[in-house]
Amino acid sequence: MKPRKESIGARFTRRTFIKSLGATAVTSAASFAEVSASEMKAAREEMPLGPGAVPVTLRVNGKVLNLELEPRVTLTDALRYHAELTGTKTGCDRASCGACTVLLDGEPVYSCMKLAIDAQGSEITTIEGLARDGQLTALQESFVETDALQCGFCTSGFLLSATALLAANPAPSREDVKHGCSGNLCRCGSQPHIVHAVQQAAGVKKAPQVELIPMNREDLA
Amino acid sequence: MKTWPDTLEHLSKPRPRVDGREKVTGRAEYAYDVLPQGWLYAVILRAPVAAGTVTGIDLKAGRRVPGVRAVVLSQPLPARVRFYGQELAAVAAETREACEDALRAMKVQVREEPFVVQELEAVHPHASRVFEEYGNISKAKESRQGDPEAAMEDSSTTVEGYYATAVNLHQPMETHGNTVRFNGEELLAWSSTQGVFGVRDGLAGAMGIPLSKARVITRYMGGGFGSKFPAGAEGRLAAELSKATGGRPVKLMLTRFDESLAVGNRPSCFARVKMGTDSNGRIKAYEMTGFGCAGYAGGGSSEGGSGGASFPANHLYPAENARIDQRSVTINAGSGRAFRAPGHPPGVFIQESLMDQMALALDMDPLEFRLRNDDSPIRRKEFELGAERIGWKETYRKPGSSPGVIKKGLGCAGSYWGVPGGDSNAEVQVNPDGSVVIRCGTQDIGTGTSTLVPLVAAEVLRIDPNLIKGEIGDTRFPYSGGSGGSRTAPSVAPAVFDACVNALEAVAGKSGMKDVRGEKWTEACGKLRYPIVAQGEWKKGPLSSRGAYGAQFVEVEVDTETGFIDLKRIVAVHDCGLVINPLTARSQVNGGIIMGIGGALYEDRIMDPVSGVVLNPNYETYKLPGMADIPEIDVVLLNFPERGVLGMGEPVHIPTSAAIANAVANALGVRVQTLPITPAKVLSALGQTGDDFYQRSLSDLQRALQRVNEVASLPQETLSEFVV
Repeated sequence: MKPRKESIGARFTRRTFIKSLGATAVTSAASFAEVSASEMKAAREEMPLGPGAVPVTLRVNGKVLNLELEPRVTLTDALRYHAELTGTKTGCDRASCGACTVLLDGEPVYSCMKLAIDAQGSEITTIEGLARDGQLTALQESFVETDALQCGFCTSGFLLSATALLAANPAPSREDVKHGCSGNLCRCGSQPHIVHAVQQAAGVKKAPQVELIPMNREDLA
Repeated sequence: MKTWPDTLEHLSKPRPRVDGREKVTGRAEYAYDVLPQGWLYAVILRAPVAAGTVTGIDLKAGRRVPGVRAVVLSQPLPARVRFYGQELAAVAAETREACEDALRAMKVQVREEPFVVQELEAVHPHASRVFEEYGNISKAKESRQGDPEAAMEDSSTTVEGYYATAVNLHQPMETHGNTVRFNGEELLAWSSTQGVFGVRDGLAGAMGIPLSKARVITRYMGGGFGSKFPAGAEGRLAAELSKATGGRPVKLMLTRFDESLAVGNRPSCFARVKMGTDSNGRIKAYEMTGFGCAGYAGGGSSEGGSGGASFPANHLYPAENARIDQRSVTINAGSGRAFRAPGHPPGVFIQESLMDQMALALDMDPLEFRLRNDDSPIRRKEFELGAERIGWKETYRKPGSSPGVIKKGLGCAGSYWGVPGGDSNAEVQVNPDGSVVIRCGTQDIGTGTSTLVPLVAAEVLRIDPNLIKGEIGDTRFPYSGGSGGSRTAPSVAPAVFDACVNALEAVAGKSGMKDVRGEKWTEACGKLRYPIVAQGEWKKGPLSSRGAYGAQFVEVEVDTETGFIDLKRIVAVHDCGLVINPLTARSQVNGGIIMGIGGALYEDRIMDPVSGVVLNPNYETYKLPGMADIPEIDVVLLNFPERGVLGMGEPVHIPTSAAIANAVANALGVRVQTLPITPAKVLSALGQTGDDFYQRSLSDLQRALQRVNEVASLPQETLSEFVV
């Protein structure tokens, strides 16, 4: 269950076709290859897919992944078990909890409700794709700083929903954050800190300090 | 140097958790995420009926599915089934899809038998028996003190009430499960557990290998709340599947559906309570007759670990004269397990509801009534602070006096949790460059234990926490107990403290320097020829303590036309001794409250009396509080260093449902006595609908409690044992 760099089953991909030609023929063959590839694509579309594995090409976090998947494989499972991107979590596998949330062309979706074959052609962003060159996004930083997580299992989903929220609404109110993350469940009860994190990252409001009242036995006397 | 430094440099200051970065980048690897070379997916085949005998399973059909590598039975056939969802067999295959094909292919032959899935039906003399040998009602667990009958008789005011709470499901975000590699001799499991050693011992025992040949790792786990202590049937089956495939790693994580059936729940509670006070409003007498229902069995007998049907009574404001009489009732449903402060949220809901009933009967402010009867100076202080924050004096009105359609209400409740720490060991490796590795076989269940370990060490050694690497979640590390009972911080902190004190002594001895802490540390360590190791264990000392108190206040608005309960604000005042890390502490308080909101208003596992199945085995019908349901939560922590380190996961959860129930009753002037308080119950209790189902449910409850009492006259051997 390793990610496949080259798709063996997809004998007619443009890449393998071009590779099979001599280097001198590449230029003249390129336009032919275009036509051939599109014809093959059209032919494939007419045929029912499956039940066996079919080639699936996903663009995830800016990289192209060529996978061999049964058509019934969900995007969640394709990411987790075939691309080994396990930051996308399975919580319910039926569109209730949001732990599997990813961005599809910038829009948050439940990846458990999307077949991997239907996610082809879209730019998919998972939790692994938020930080660039090890640099956390402001939202990720603020999740850590404000402790907007406990066990951490729902965190990926919340982060992606909140990332989409901030892209659409850079200065969300408390109610906006609640609405923007309403598709995500957290059983540890990190929601209040998640509101802090999103508003702090957006520069709307700094998370409040924890209130400690010093106490000793004499105070109680 | 056997005590804390006088001033703290690292503790009691907000510290982001050390594994935060791993969690926000998706790199934190949970049991669900481990993908060892050659791993197989696995699923469990479950009983399709609530009671019966499975006579055959078409295992061959499962094995014939392409990609399937192993099929094992959970128990020999014919197998007795006592609840819907009981484990029958398990399949391992190259893909999830092949597993699911195999589940469909393996037809189950079952002889169905009568069942009973509802508590109030199970107590009927003619109800189907879950176990043939004895009835569904247990022997009594009785306790008496003083002379309750006489004290009740002498009381100037008495009140009585009937209360019930629903079965709640733990529903951690990461389901139960393990990735297990077992070649018949050595076993390695990555477990989603609250106790690595318990799982190790369970798996080694089930597989018949020495404990030394089994290892369990829990680097990250996605929540447990009391349900994830043992290896469980799912762990045992994963090990058997791995063995059957010659040692290929098997990933057996439950589905959300599985999760709702077979891996524990908070037992339902049913009670009649009565209280008597003297003319000064002091509680003199308390009586409770009740029963709890932990499914078909207590946790212990279902590979499920602890968890029983009892709940505390007369414990927050104890009367000197009390009679408590509890039984357990068995039904054909998944077994109970420990659930965040086992028994306490229902017990406190019952007790604190009765407190408000009494305050009303005495025509006394309910806060004043509590302060008059609360023997804990800490909790009295917490009640006073909380009252100030919520504006009790200015805004409290008598029940039902809020005008208009949308009625405002205030309520409060107290909490106590008294489980002490213990059973924890740690070792410290000090390197010549001054860096430190601390190993402790505890685990971080989301509470921040992996952050606590280096912080406590940094405080004792007086060095930069970044020099310290804490390693936990592995049975190769020194033994530490399971993370439950709010015991982790009070167990682990003293063990780390002791190990560090011993490390200081060892480094002083080797370096010839006297005090090696702080600025001297690097110089002293530089004199070491090789890394040294010091051991430590939990001992009574400056960090060991017990007894956490709390008080919560809730402000609600209830729409009397729709029954909708809008939580406006919650104030929580808690102590946990020395606050190790205020930031993660507040996370826990929020979490306890939010889970309490679920128990108060939404959560209810519903059984179908006709088919015997769980009707809401998923997140869309078993309702958890969501983003929109969460009010402003005002958390105040008392920092009380001289009391040592206390855990707070449980005490912060205990009073929430009671405080909400009291606030709703205060708004309405009518009390909903059964949890969850749904809009339908509110409307029915108000008589706003043609359906008086709520009143009828109380009559059913009264009748059931009478029936339970009637078994006292039966021969004791016909009764089951009380499920503790």
